[in-house]
Amino acid sequence: MRDIAVVGFAQTPCVRETDGTTNGVEMLVPIFHEVLGSLGLTKSDIGFWCSGSSDYLAGRAFSFVSAVDAIGAFPPIMESHVEMDAAWALYEAWVKLLCGEVDTALVYGFGKSSAGQLRRVMAMQLDPYVVTPLWPDSVGLAGIQARMGIEAGLWDERAMASVAARSRAAAVSNPLAQLSGSVDVEDLLASDYLADPLRRHDCAPITDGAATIVLAAGDRARELCERPAWITGFEHRVDSPSFGARDLLTSPSTVAAGKAAGTDGVEVAELHAPFSHQEILLRQALGLGDDVAVNPSGGVLAGNPMFAAGLARIGEAARRVHVGSASRVLGHATSGPLLQQNLVCVMEGRK
Amino acid sequence: MTKPLSAPLDVGFDYTRSLGPTLGRFLTDLRRRKVTGIRGSDGRVHVPPLEYDPVTAERLTEFVDVASTGVVRGWSWIPEPLEGQPLDRPFAWALIQLDGADTSLLHAVDAGSPEQMSTGARVRVRWRAERVGAITDIECFELSDSPGDPAVEADEVSMVITPVNLHYTHSASPTEDPFLRGLMEGRLIAQRCPACTKVYFPPRPACPTDGVPTTDQVELSDRGTITTFCVVNVPFLGQRIPPPYVSAYVLLDGADIPFLHLLLGIAPEDVRMGMRVQAVWKPREEWGPTMQNIDHFKPSGEPDAPFDSYSQHL
Repeated sequence: MRDIAVVGFAQTPCVRETDGTTNGVEMLVPIFHEVLGSLGLTKSDIGFWCSGSSDYLAGRAFSFVSAVDAIGAFPPIMESHVEMDAAWALYEAWVKLLCGEVDTALVYGFGKSSAGQLRRVMAMQLDPYVVTPLWPDSVGLAGIQARMGIEAGLWDERAMASVAARSRAAAVSNPLAQLSGSVDVEDLLASDYLADPLRRHDCAPITDGAATIVLAAGDRARELCERPAWITGFEHRVDSPSFGARDLLTSPSTVAAGKAAGTDGVEVAELHAPFSHQEILLRQALGLGDDVAVNPSGGVLAGNPMFAAGLARIGEAARRVHVGSASRVLGHATSGPLLQQNLVCVMEGRK
Repeated sequence: MTKPLSAPLDVGFDYTRSLGPTLGRFLTDLRRRKVTGIRGSDGRVHVPPLEYDPVTAERLTEFVDVASTGVVRGWSWIPEPLEGQPLDRPFAWALIQLDGADTSLLHAVDAGSPEQMSTGARVRVRWRAERVGAITDIECFELSDSPGDPAVEADEVSMVITPVNLHYTHSASPTEDPFLRGLMEGRLIAQRCPACTKVYFPPRPACPTDGVPTTDQVELSDRGTITTFCVVNVPFLGQRIPPPYVSAYVLLDGADIPFLHLLLGIAPEDVRMGMRVQAVWKPREEWGPTMQNIDHFKPSGEPDAPFDSYSQHL
């Protein structure tokens, strides 16, 4: 099999609201310039383009087609799109490179959550016959899972608040984070419930943003990057959409994806956990010990650009390899209600 | 820089779906005040029923009657309900395991306050009086250890209609903004790509050829050339003009991209590629940030443009 690596990563600042359109062009143009410029590439050097976004989030049809304007797709390019987090677009691009069709790929995700009501928009991903007609909101659903874990003794509200506090403290070193700073767990616990047992700090913020990753194969990766983040395992698995039939105290799809990807020896893990208790759950599902640095970027509790946040986890993890602060890292992405679908990408630096 | 123009957009659609044998049975039974599950490959009874087993992917066919009473397995509290949710006062979302079922159904519990809610609490269905065969035939659950209501007769259902209404605030891009503001003053503002010098009308956030933001504003006249056109003969919902009429691509003088507009003032059979046209504006007091300020285009009376002048813009 060909060796494939993440060689470039860029993301926009995570902000509560941008002035731009929901087709992402204004957010994408600068990060395309940044990531291609940093690698000394132009658009004609990219063999395959793949994106992740959602028309329900954008509130318009074919928003991902409008987004292609940001590329400047002339002469015509080879391009694809997933209506999912762009981490799955990265998977598609990885397969394309594995097949040997192309040597480079640029993957991007974008979302302007501020345009609509995110908690309601997310109901559109549920079963359309027996669940969506009730308009369950994403926070209310996560609250059920959080309470089940509390009552099972897997975590408590203090442990959840500690995740949020650690996330914001870590984000101090991340200039692109939306929420950062030193917060006191006691103060967090004194705040009102948003959806008992979840408080605001337990929930990822509403964020506008975009992210992009460049993949390259073999010698091309070595040319472009001093320390490529070589992908050693890349797997995704899915659980039943019928979440009332699932064991919500774990995530079988994460366990399976982690096992298949091979998580041994990972030093840094960026986990896509939109709710504080889900970071604890994912950590357990992936068997990450206390010696693993989890979400040194602050994770999505510090900024959650929908459909880009999972890709950004992989980018953040890869960046630790690029700069030489870690040699084996893990990026995780989730999709669907209550951690239904999970993707694990393990990368390493080589001498 | 001022904020770009923005406006609310409400997107609504009634999704109409056929149900098939499994969900059709489930929703028909809800209409009859009965709850039906299905037995999975491992013997578990799934409520709501699944068409295929989540583990073995086997087709499931053995329906099982379950009770309309059950127990709360997990819950959260919603102090401020959102549009479309089952209750408009504070309520609990709950996973409810009905008596006779092995999996849990999501629904609302009208518990009054979070202090009344607990995992393990007994609940029963509160049926809607007017039932249509939908999950919302269950109005909500209520805290109670009384038995469920008796079933009644009702016709079978094979379809379900789910209205979806979502609300957005759409912002114009930094390049669309001067275009829209210009229209309010009767001006036609295009943008030129700094790389390929193509002039876009309407402007786009980035040049689709070069992927760079367009930065130079160009004001265009309201005269142009028909590059191509079609004669609309087919009536459709929302049509404003009785057919036949002509929809034409108009290339404004100085622009590189034509746009679609209405052509009036000429018989459809006389319209031709290369015909010169001019805008007919609505009365000034009706102008807004919209291309509808131009009511239509009409022939300008100038000689036709030579083919070479628009052949690269088709």
